[in-house]
Amino acid sequence: MTDVPTDTPNRRKLGLLFWICVGWISLVVLMALIADLLPLPDPIIGNYNGPQNAGPGWGHLLGTDDLYRDILSRLIFGARVSLVVGFGGTALGLILGGVPAMVSAYRRGRIDTLLNTTSYVVLAFPAIVAVIAIVTFWGHALWKITVIIGVAGAPLIFRVIRASTLSYATRDFVLAAKALGASDRRILAREILPNILPTVVSFGLIAVATIIVLEGSLAFLGLSVQPPTPSWGNMLNESAGLLSGGKGQTNPWLVTFPAGAMFLLLFSLNVVSDKLRSHFDVTEIKL
Amino acid sequence: MGRYIAKRFVLLLIIIFFVSVASFFLVHLLPGNPTDTILGPNATPANVIIVNHELGLDKALWQQYFIWIGHVVGGNLGQSYTTHQTTRAIIGQAFPIDLELIVFSQIMAFAVAFPMAMSASRRPNGLFDQVANSTTFGMLALPPFVIAPVMVLLFAVHWHVFPGPASYVPITQSFWTNVHAMLLPSIVLAMGSIVVYFRLLRNDLIATLHEDFITMARSKGLSDRRIMWRHALRPSSVSLLASVGVTIGSLIAGTFVVELLLQMPGLGYQLVFSVNQDDYTVVQGITLVVAVAIVLVNFLFDFLFTVVDPRIARD
Amino acid sequence: MTPLLQVEDLHVSFATPRGAVRAVQGVSLSLQQGKTLGIVGESGSGKTVLSRAIMGLLPSQSATQTGSVRFEGAEILNAPDRTLRQLWGTQISMVFQDPMTSLNPVLRIGRQITETLRLHLGLDRGEAKETALSLLMQMGIPSPVERYDAYPWQLSGGMRQRVMIAIALACAPRLLMADEPTTGLDVTVQAQILDLLSSLQHERQMAMILVTHDLGVVATRTDEILVMYAGHVVERAPTATLFSQMSMPYTEALVKSIPRLDQPSHTRLLAIEGRPPDLLTPPTGCPFAPRCPYAQGKCHEEKPPLVAGSLPGHSYACWFPLPVRQKPAKP
Repeated sequence: MTDVPTDTPNRRKLGLLFWICVGWISLVVLMALIADLLPLPDPIIGNYNGPQNAGPGWGHLLGTDDLYRDILSRLIFGARVSLVVGFGGTALGLILGGVPAMVSAYRRGRIDTLLNTTSYVVLAFPAIVAVIAIVTFWGHALWKITVIIGVAGAPLIFRVIRASTLSYATRDFVLAAKALGASDRRILAREILPNILPTVVSFGLIAVATIIVLEGSLAFLGLSVQPPTPSWGNMLNESAGLLSGGKGQTNPWLVTFPAGAMFLLLFSLNVVSDKLRSHFDVTEIKL
Repeated sequence: MGRYIAKRFVLLLIIIFFVSVASFFLVHLLPGNPTDTILGPNATPANVIIVNHELGLDKALWQQYFIWIGHVVGGNLGQSYTTHQTTRAIIGQAFPIDLELIVFSQIMAFAVAFPMAMSASRRPNGLFDQVANSTTFGMLALPPFVIAPVMVLLFAVHWHVFPGPASYVPITQSFWTNVHAMLLPSIVLAMGSIVVYFRLLRNDLIATLHEDFITMARSKGLSDRRIMWRHALRPSSVSLLASVGVTIGSLIAGTFVVELLLQMPGLGYQLVFSVNQDDYTVVQGITLVVAVAIVLVNFLFDFLFTVVDPRIARD
Repeated sequence: MTPLLQVEDLHVSFATPRGAVRAVQGVSLSLQQGKTLGIVGESGSGKTVLSRAIMGLLPSQSATQTGSVRFEGAEILNAPDRTLRQLWGTQISMVFQDPMTSLNPVLRIGRQITETLRLHLGLDRGEAKETALSLLMQMGIPSPVERYDAYPWQLSGGMRQRVMIAIALACAPRLLMADEPTTGLDVTVQAQILDLLSSLQHERQMAMILVTHDLGVVATRTDEILVMYAGHVVERAPTATLFSQMSMPYTEALVKSIPRLDQPSHTRLLAIEGRPPDLLTPPTGCPFAPRCPYAQGKCHEEKPPLVAGSLPGHSYACWFPLPVRQKPAKP
């Protein structure tokens, strides 16, 4: 009937919100990286000459907590925990889960069935419980937590990337490459990877957000990186302790600011991931 | 249909087996020694040998596993080193709280998400749809440990709409106090579920409403309402039911968070407590129970699929 | 006698990101009670859109409809859904093209038949089931009692289509619209289904509109045929007249493209060259001109109007109609 249009009106524009969120994420990462160089008060040792539980003010832009520590400083240093676990854990999950997924989905056969069933079984075990148990007995160091959560995320990443690879591996252009004598490694790298890349990036950002939430929940339970090292979940945990301690002792800023920081970061990650996905997904029905 | 259920049941047993192995080895293969924990400063070599023998820790690992499984099947999950309550009793007291929380929150979530999705799908990209989509998208960035403290601060401390922490009372004791205390945590948990359920159902409904059989249903003179409830809803519910299996993990995490915040003695609270006490039998027991419960719930939902969409059972 | 259905100057266009697609352009027709009208055309000719527009099934958000559609004298074009719902199922029914996708996959077929019976006719459960079973038997479905509880995917293609017809006829409508009811079915099954439709129609004195791309289907089962091309009616005639007096080259091409048993084997199938025009930017002049073997200068410049032919009920749109044949051409 009519010719297929050459332009693709379904490709959504990225938009202003997208770039604002990219900017925010970059800002947070940047601040976390250069935290030591910034003129911030010590996040661990409070200034006992200064105010306690103060609201935002000139000396302390976001106020102080009940141990006289500057909240802004703790937020910036605390970002490190979320970012390291989030990005590090995702990277680990991609390596441990994503790479085998690509190979397994492409090769098929018994190994694929075995890995797939295993992932299904492993996923049946609730992540948070496993993580709590392991962290309890192994330790709370940042790198350990990153490894644990990264490994915990690997099965899910495995399944998503496997599904994505499968949808491309069976297509004709792969068969054509094979017929031309391309090696498996070349096919995976040159034919399949570029095609699944949008899904990987988009899902990867969601994974980062999910892992940040997982670590945050863990920290809120008091089981992540231990105080006095700041982390956003920690800070919320402390605020929770104050909340239950009776009405007069609440510091609303200690709740609002870490919660707000968490919200903004998660929101930005979700927006970026979502916009990327709809930008690249030309098969999506525009409803 | 029987075949389908039978297959899932076998799978269920296999998974439970693996879960039990994982729960067991989780605790045993990691550094950290229950003996040292129990003896503390009295950990002389002689004492260590005695306690090890008492705990059965000097046997081969796989032997220990089977002994443990034997105990578990018999209902013996060991006991806490610190409180000397049996693990079973601890879990028995804690479990109803979690059950109530989850049931309450999920009922709320369904009650909100379903009508929302049905309204939104009637006019895709209409005002309601856009507002609903934006709101739920925002809520994705508000996990329980972020939103719960804020809500407690506002609604419990600032405005006394809900009771604050440590207000939990068993339902058998006082119905209204219990319900009142359950409201805030249930709302927090429901929020996360509403987001997932709404988005899935709304997308599925919109896709289903485009199908030929819906046009056919219209041509039969059926009202929009009837079409929505009788024709569109069922085929669209599958991915929602499927999502329960995936979201239950974060639901459990959320439950633990609100329990701790509001000091409700549920499984999460007990777990954290035992963790802080290095009480490994309790940790192991709770891990096993929670994992098995989740697996069972998944199995139950697998069964529900076939009721909702009979195509799934055909093999 | 007032016709059961009267359509005047119906235009349907869809708003798309690339402009307005004019799917139906100025179609008029009328149908008496108990008669059958065949609407023939290639895919993209607008015949399905036409049938849906007549019934009122097109989504009002995307489709713009102008003109007039009168059913039993009452105007139904662009009527609100509430009004149309009183007609759908009881007065006008549609049999859809693909029974696999047009039947609800998660509901048993018995349910899908009794639904209208209970809703429109107020039958209770037992009565509705009985009626449904007798309908199934009338449709020639063996062991209706077992089939009653079956799901659509458990039935064969032919049976599904029969179920569709049963659903459409359940409340004894006065007009049945059959949109490609046999496409995709085996040839033998096709004939059975069409015969079934014809006999049911005569029994119930039902009017029927048969929409198809296959001239062979309408050749012996219709009273009148409408040939559509690119949204226009290009020829209209009582069936026998159409085949004996066809005036529009497109109609001739359609007839010629039907494979015939009396042709020697390995005769080349005469397909019509070229493709239907782009409905976004229709060409000036006769829409068929680019593909017409007889096209001349004027055909490309001016659109031919629908004019009456010599025989009653015959009209065609062509500047240079085919000469009258000596012998009637049998399909």
